[in-house]
Parts: sequence; C-alpha cells; structure tokens
Amino acid sequence: MNVYLVALLRILAALGLMLLNGVVLIYMLRKVLGYLHVRLGPMELGPHGVFQTLADVLKLLTKEDPTPTHVDRALYFLAPGIVFVPSLMAYAAIPFTGTWVIADLELGLLYTFAIMSLLPLGLVAAGWASANKWSLIGGMRSVAQQVSYEVPLLMAALPPVMIAGSLNLTDIARAQSAVWFWLPCLPAFLLFIVAGLVEANQTPFDMSEAESELVAGFATEYASMKFGLLFLSEFSNTFIFSSLLVTLFLGGWQVPFVPVDALGGWAAVVFLIKVYLVIFVLMWIRGTLPRVRIDQLLAMGWKVLLPASIVWVMLTGAAVKLWPMVFGGVQ
Amino acid sequence: MSDARDTVAHAGWLTADKPSLPDEIPLTLKRVPSGVDEVMTEHLVVNMGPQHPSTHGVLRILVELDGEEVIACESVVGYLHRGIEKLAEHRRYSAVGTLMDRGDYVSGIHNEMAFALAAEKVADIGVPRRANWLRVLMGELNRIASHLVWYGTMGLDTGAMGQFLYAVRDREDLLDILEDVTGQRMMFNYVRPGGVLNDLTPRAEKKIRAFLSTFDAYLDEHHALLGGNEIFQARTRGIGVIDKETAIAFGLTGANLRASGVSFDVRRDRPYAAYDEMDFDIPVAESGDIYARYLVRIEEMRQAARICRQCIDGLPEGEHTAKVAKVLRPPAGEAYAAVESPRGELGVHLVSDGTDRPYRMRYRPPALFGLQAAEAITPGTFLADAVAIFGSVDVVLGEIDR
Repeated sequence: MNVYLVALLRILAALGLMLLNGVVLIYMLRKVLGYLHVRLGPMELGPHGVFQTLADVLKLLTKEDPTPTHVDRALYFLAPGIVFVPSLMAYAAIPFTGTWVIADLELGLLYTFAIMSLLPLGLVAAGWASANKWSLIGGMRSVAQQVSYEVPLLMAALPPVMIAGSLNLTDIARAQSAVWFWLPCLPAFLLFIVAGLVEANQTPFDMSEAESELVAGFATEYASMKFGLLFLSEFSNTFIFSSLLVTLFLGGWQVPFVPVDALGGWAAVVFLIKVYLVIFVLMWIRGTLPRVRIDQLLAMGWKVLLPASIVWVMLTGAAVKLWPMVFGGVQ
Repeated sequence: MSDARDTVAHAGWLTADKPSLPDEIPLTLKRVPSGVDEVMTEHLVVNMGPQHPSTHGVLRILVELDGEEVIACESVVGYLHRGIEKLAEHRRYSAVGTLMDRGDYVSGIHNEMAFALAAEKVADIGVPRRANWLRVLMGELNRIASHLVWYGTMGLDTGAMGQFLYAVRDREDLLDILEDVTGQRMMFNYVRPGGVLNDLTPRAEKKIRAFLSTFDAYLDEHHALLGGNEIFQARTRGIGVIDKETAIAFGLTGANLRASGVSFDVRRDRPYAAYDEMDFDIPVAESGDIYARYLVRIEEMRQAARICRQCIDGLPEGEHTAKVAKVLRPPAGEAYAAVESPRGELGVHLVSDGTDRPYRMRYRPPALFGLQAAEAITPGTFLADAVAIFGSVDVVLGEIDR
C-alpha cells in the first residue's frame, strides 16, 4: 500500500482516538466525580446520561465564540492549536500492543517527553494572548511547574529504561513479561505518578487553572471550540500520562500468567482497560484532595522529587550492573 | 476597607507587617501599581471579584501582586447592599424578621433572634420557657448548617471539591428539618418578638433525633477528610495568623476570636434565650491560624449537636409564644441585644419612638470585622493563601453589606 496513505490513516487513527478519549473522559469525569461526590451526574440524555457528552460537543461547536477586544489576535487564535498539536503527536509512540503502534520509534520515550514539553508553550501563549491577568498568572504557573517537573519525570522514567535496556516503549513493555516494573522500581513508580500529575496538570497540582484562585487560569477568555481544543488536549494529556505509566511500570498490554500470544487482539483492550483504571485513580485523587500552593509545589519538585529521583537512578544503575555479577548473567 | 467611592482613605498602611495606625496617611493611592523593584518589574493589580469563584458572593478584593505574593489588598464591599437597616424603619415590628433573614442568609435564625430579643427588651415582653428552648434548638441546628457551609467552602477555597458536596449532603437534612418546623428552608421568619412561630411537630422531632443520631459520626468523617489531610494542613497551619491583640483590636468575635486564644462567647458570657440552662463547652485554640479557626468551628458543630440533644430531651411543656399584640407599639426607648451567630456577636440596637415601626435599627454584622482583619493579615502571603484567609474568617456578604 501507498506509504503516504498508511501514514495518513495512522494520523487519522490517532486523531480519532484522541477525540474518542475526550468523549469518554468527559463522561467518566462527570460520573466518577459524581458518584464520589454522592450525586448522580448527568442522567437525562440516554440511559445514565450517556449521550450528555454528545450534547456537550454540539454545544461547544455551535456556541458563539466572542473574541475579547484587547487580545493579541494571532496568538490568541494560534494558542489552542499549539496546545492541541503536541497532544496529538504524543500518541505516535504509545504501544497499544506489541505490534499496534502508530510509529515504532527507537527513541519513543524521549520523543514523547520532548513533544509533551512543548505544551507549556501553548499554555503560556494562551495566557499571554488573552489580555487577562488571571490567564497570565495561569500561563506563568504552567511554565513554572512544567519546567520544574520535567526533569524529575524523566528521571523517574529512567529506571525501567535501564532495566529494559531500551528507549523504545514497545521494548520496555515487552521486557516486563516476567515482572512488572512497578515492583522493582517502586520509588520511581511513585515519583513518576507525582511528577506526572503535575505534568498532566491534575489535582492536587492543577495550578494553571486553579479555579478557586485563578477563575479558569489560561482558559478564562476562551469559549466555544477553542476552549474545547484546550480541554481536549488536557484530557488527551491525561491519557498520554496514564499510558506512559502503564507502559513503563504496569506491563503495557500484558496480563500476568497469560502468554502474550493467547491474548491476540485483546491485548489492546487490556492496555486500554489499564489506562482507564489509572485515569480512574487520577479522578479519585481529584475528587478528594485539596490543591497545594504553587511555592510548595515548586519546593517539592526541586528539593524532594529531583534528589530522590537522582538517588534512585543511581541505585538502579548500580543494581543493574551488579545483578549479573552476583547471579551470573540472569538479567 | 473602603466603599466603592472612597479612593484615598488609609491608603497603604496595611502593607506593614503588623497592622497599626499610620503615623501619617500616605498620599499615594494604594490602587495604583506602586511597586517597581530592582529588576524593573511592575506589580500587578488584579480585581478579585465581584465575579470570582471564591469570594463567597459578591466581595471584591483589589489585590496588588508581586508575582504570586500579595503586596497589598483592599476589600470593596457594598455590592449586595439592600438597605436592611433603612428598610426596617418602614416595617412593623412583626415584619422586620423577614429582612433580618436576608441579612446573613446562611444563619437566618440567629439574625431573627437578635432582632426579636431587642424588640422584646424594648417592648418588655416576657418569653415562655418552651419558646426559649425552641429558639436554642433551632439556633443550634442553624449553626451546624452554617458551619457546614463554611467547612464546604473552605474545602473549595483550598481546591477540594468533594468536601463541599459532603457538607451540603448533611446540610440538606438540616434544611429539611428547618423547613418542617418553620415552613422555609432559609428565610425562616420563625423567631418573632414574644416567642417562635410554630411549635415542634412530632415528625420534626423524629427528624431531629434521626439527624443527631448520625451527625457525630459524619462530623468525624468530615474532619478526617479535610482536617486530616496533609495538603490541607500544609496550606493552613501557620498561615493567616491573627494574634490575640490584633483580634481584639479589630473587634473580632465568634470562632475567629476564639481561634486566637480569647475565650469569649455571648452564649456563655451574656446568656440569652435558654443558654444559661444548657451545658456546653467553648472551644478555644491558641495559634490563631486558619487551621485553628477550622478546628474551633469543627468543635463548635460537635457542641451544637450536644446542645440540640439537651434541648430535644428536656424540652419543657408550655406555650411556644407569649400573647403579643398583633401590632406591636413599644414605648419610646432603646435596647441592644446580641446573639452568638455562627460568625460571632451579632447585635441589634433598636430605637423605638412609640410608634408601630422602629425609629432606627442598627445591625452589627460580625463578618464585617472578620473581613477587615483578613484584609489586614493578607499582605505578605501568596495569592492562594489570600483566598484561604478570606474564606477562613467566614465572610457572608449578605451580612456585611446588609
């Protein structure tokens, strides 16, 4: 088949997945948070309100989209795109099964992190262009937190890489056929969750849109589908973070004691179930915890997470080197 | 503190570490971004409110920010002003209660009670014992409801959404009870000069007992969920400290004062209704920070439930209201009556000129004093702290603006 056609289909698949994920997450957010909060969430449209999301999307698409007077127009229109595109690109290296991956990159992990680090650019652009002080503070916060937590996040992802000996996400997932890496790398696993929560802008670290402080942060002046794009990308980031967590620490598409061949096409379903379980936990956290303060967040990043992740990388490095020496080549 | 027209008054003096009276009033306007530091960055002045998610209604706070740090802040009140004091001069005594409900709409019973007590003093009306007990019962139920709202919004202000909904779940039971007894969920007009509107029905009594049987356990859950949370403690311990002197200087009352280590409670020190017959403790905390105010309010809910239990078990027989003329015409004179509302000492000073309407009614809103103190201690904290501090002193704009 035509190479370009295949590439195009893959991109469309990623886009479809992203949109579908947005739809699922909006519904899940409402229902999970609803039941956590002893309320029902939407119940009117369809059984248990399943079509509510559809109505939401229609609303976002058809809503009037006023542009505030003093915005920096070019940047204001561009910013949702700058946020949206990296989110979409980040799907490329996520392995859904051993063979289902949009682009099987040798440096998949590095690629994903590099792409995700473009996000604050869009957020700060949105904050700056909106000509709103709350948006500006939100944008600045997002940069501060993403810059501070990029390093601990990457450091926390290194131990699995060292054990698997590859930066290819598919290889890392495959290397967990014996034991999922969360067990041997427990501290890194926890560090990754915390740093990932910050990177995915999730409660208790949702600094840049802290609604009780900053109204809606960088998204304050956005309406209609521009707002939709900002939030779609946020949902998509949650998905990306969860799938990275699943790939790096929770065995990817594998199920314990079941040979990979026996799973066949169900492997992708297993992967998605794991991802949404992680997202469920994130929502659980969101429904329960208060928000930390920005200075506490930054202090924690530089003073706790960074040293801890460096120490754990060193320990893992030593262990990976010593293990074959002690146990005679069983790596 | 200033109203919307006032631009010059006491500008800048709140930027000092400790509030004190200024030696000379600076001529610069506080609202103009004044700070330019050594790297030539300007301060940012933002309008927090009147439309903002965490200003508890329509409070407007002008905040001067240096990055995330609050350099100065100034609250602007009056967006909810309805002229309750003036309107009261044109209402018969029996009708002022409806206005008072709309003052502090979170704890209507206490507002009515303050007015009813003042009217009874000035008209020299005796209240039956059962009516006094019912007042205490309803007042304490209302106090729990009000503190639950505070607890929930404190959660919202620190970024936790669930706590608000859990608090509202319990408050719903309380509003249900209050509706059963008074006919209204929030605008009760239940406490009238001479007694109360309705007697307790057996159904309401059953509901109250059912509520009280579960509330302590629920309260423990609430406390564990928010107060036991590491993040909440990091956000509130040592933040927004109002020391003893400041608290007294600003005229704080209620839980805000008790959290600063002053044991003063109108219910105990100047008892009204049937509080002299009740057995309850006054919780006091020493540290004066947000967490202390939180702890004091949680304990107050427990004590309120305790008082409710005493009321419902020992409710004396008798009339629920004295025989009062339809149109009350107190003799000329004046009286001040204060109640311990959930926000502090809520006082009503009533002047009668012998007609069927008050000549003047003055309403002391405790939340206003809390707001002023919060405004004074906020500079030097972070933006997120400012939200928590203003939430922690329990501002209710209906009461502040009147």
